[in-house]
Amino acid sequence: MNSARDQILARVRSALAPLPQRAPLPEWEQTLVRHRSPQPATDLWATFAGQLTAVNGTPLDSAAGLVALLEQHGWRRGYCDPALWPRLQAAFPVNFTVETIFDRARVDDFDFGITAASGAIAETGTLILTDAGTSSRLAALAPWVHVAVLGRSQIHADISAALAVLPADPNVIWVTGPSKTADVEGILIEGVHGPGRQLALLLDE
Amino acid sequence: MPRQPLDAFSAGLPADTRAAVYQSTKATHEKRTRLLYDQFADPDELRRIAGGIKQHVIENLDRMLPAAEARLQANGAQVHWAATADDACTAVLRIMQARGATKMVKAKTMVSEEIGLAAFLARHGIEALETDLGEFIVQIDGDHPSHIVRPIIHKNRREIARSFERHGLGPYNDDPTIITRRARQFLRHKYLQADVGLTGANFLSVESGRLVVVTNEGNSRFCLAAPRCHIALVGLEKLVPRDRDLGLLLNLLARSATAQQLTVYTEFIAGPKAAAQPDGPEEMHVIFVDNGRTAALASDCREILRCIRCGACLNVCPVYRQVSGHAYRSVYPGPLGAVLTPLLAGDKFPEFADLPKASSLCGACHEVCPVDIPIPDLLLRLRAKGKAAGALLAAAGTPSMGAWALLASQPLAWKAALLGGKALDFLPTKLLPLPALQAWAQKRTLPGWRGGEFRRWLKRRNKA
Repeated sequence: MNSARDQILARVRSALAPLPQRAPLPEWEQTLVRHRSPQPATDLWATFAGQLTAVNGTPLDSAAGLVALLEQHGWRRGYCDPALWPRLQAAFPVNFTVETIFDRARVDDFDFGITAASGAIAETGTLILTDAGTSSRLAALAPWVHVAVLGRSQIHADISAALAVLPADPNVIWVTGPSKTADVEGILIEGVHGPGRQLALLLDE
Repeated sequence: MPRQPLDAFSAGLPADTRAAVYQSTKATHEKRTRLLYDQFADPDELRRIAGGIKQHVIENLDRMLPAAEARLQANGAQVHWAATADDACTAVLRIMQARGATKMVKAKTMVSEEIGLAAFLARHGIEALETDLGEFIVQIDGDHPSHIVRPIIHKNRREIARSFERHGLGPYNDDPTIITRRARQFLRHKYLQADVGLTGANFLSVESGRLVVVTNEGNSRFCLAAPRCHIALVGLEKLVPRDRDLGLLLNLLARSATAQQLTVYTEFIAGPKAAAQPDGPEEMHVIFVDNGRTAALASDCREILRCIRCGACLNVCPVYRQVSGHAYRSVYPGPLGAVLTPLLAGDKFPEFADLPKASSLCGACHEVCPVDIPIPDLLLRLRAKGKAAGALLAAAGTPSMGAWALLASQPLAWKAALLGGKALDFLPTKLLPLPALQAWAQKRTLPGWRGGEFRRWLKRRNKA
């Protein structure tokens, strides 16, 4: 107990004392915030991929596709979650340098970071990252390209569904597209502090 | 007659600033409306329920604040309470001193602006660097944000390019992409060197003790990935009852603020980093900030504490669009600021008694508010309060009503005035008795005088 706490709570109590009754908590149905969509989504990956594209992210459904994209832009130096690397290594040609430790003293040396997603939200094209699932917060954030590896069964239909099973993790992050700003004259620029390219790689077991 | 301070400020506003503010607020507002009505069957129903949830919170803060505190502590965060701006700044300083910390990176938080944190820390030898691009530019310019979501809505790229040049961030270049890349390169090394990352909170779930922080740039994530200590400044009113309520509020916040379905980064923070995680804070502090909020709670304008700082009322307000944010002389501009600023001012209320008058009471702010705050009603209550307190600024720009009251309460005088009004039909504008009336009439073509007709109609009706 400290005096500031007691003082503030005493002020709150005396501010609320004259109220004849307190406003009740409204009950509301989750369906209220579901988007209107022309047809109900059956394939969650397809919906997710469409929405991710709409926010300038890039869905990929094969490791070969990922490597082709990286190669095309000359992004050959990167980081990969050590737990994922055995599954991806075969797809990467030898001219790539992929490390499994993210050295924060050399943040600018990494073109891309590959980490595991803990889920996704189809309706908004959102990737869900957690501390438990992400091998390095910095590796998923500092490189120009972030690749989140996702399984089909991890995709939630909408925000409410994802909130209902929010994992007990100190750092759950919903990522909806690349980092961006419109601070300068309202002009959209991607890649401010976080990734300029947000990729999602579907990799089923 | 003295002008309203807001008018006086507006008269000096450069035309291109006015045009930029007008265009970009209008565009955001229109996009927001399209997005809400395209995707939801009844957005107004969402606003009403969200308002109900936040009203429930503010009327139950006595119970919810200790409950939130207990959850935060269970999550491993240390909780501090600050009654005033000074107390809040001092709490931050003490936490930093205890760690021997000298460098802070800050995500965007309006509370830190409100308490003047960066300047306070600078006086104590601590570098507190803004990392939101707009806030960073405001900081290197020694300027102030003019919009709660778009801090540099009043600046153009040429001014920004000159600031970057002055601060050694490269030769003059006003390409927004180059400006952004230079800030990225400069700031990422600052994150890595910083001891402490400071954020605000958009929401705090009482049920789980999760802090919710949203940003588009990813700067708050970086503040929580590189430094080893996290400090969060949280206004008392930021609570929401349950995690599921966030589904409603997040849907409304991003659409209302920036016309997005979701902000790019929505972070749910429940304590220091996991043990196995190599990056992020090992220590987390939450500072509950009062600084006038309990006074607002005790007032008849407590609904303003529902506010989730989306800026939709600024974007739609015909006054804000004309005068821009600095006209409000406060961290919180626009309709929300016209209510909140005088309430948070405490003894300094008379200094801001003109702000509630900075509105035509058109009601657009209420109509767009994601938590359904009846802003025009609150403005009227504050106008009455200003008058009752005899605040000089409460009358600035308003003609004295004494003569009118005398006229309207004497039947004979009233009748004479009605007959006299006929003279207005023939009097040239230049001969009108009051300069203000002259100015008013010059810009308008008046219909013929019909004073007294209602009284004649009523008399006939009563006879019949």
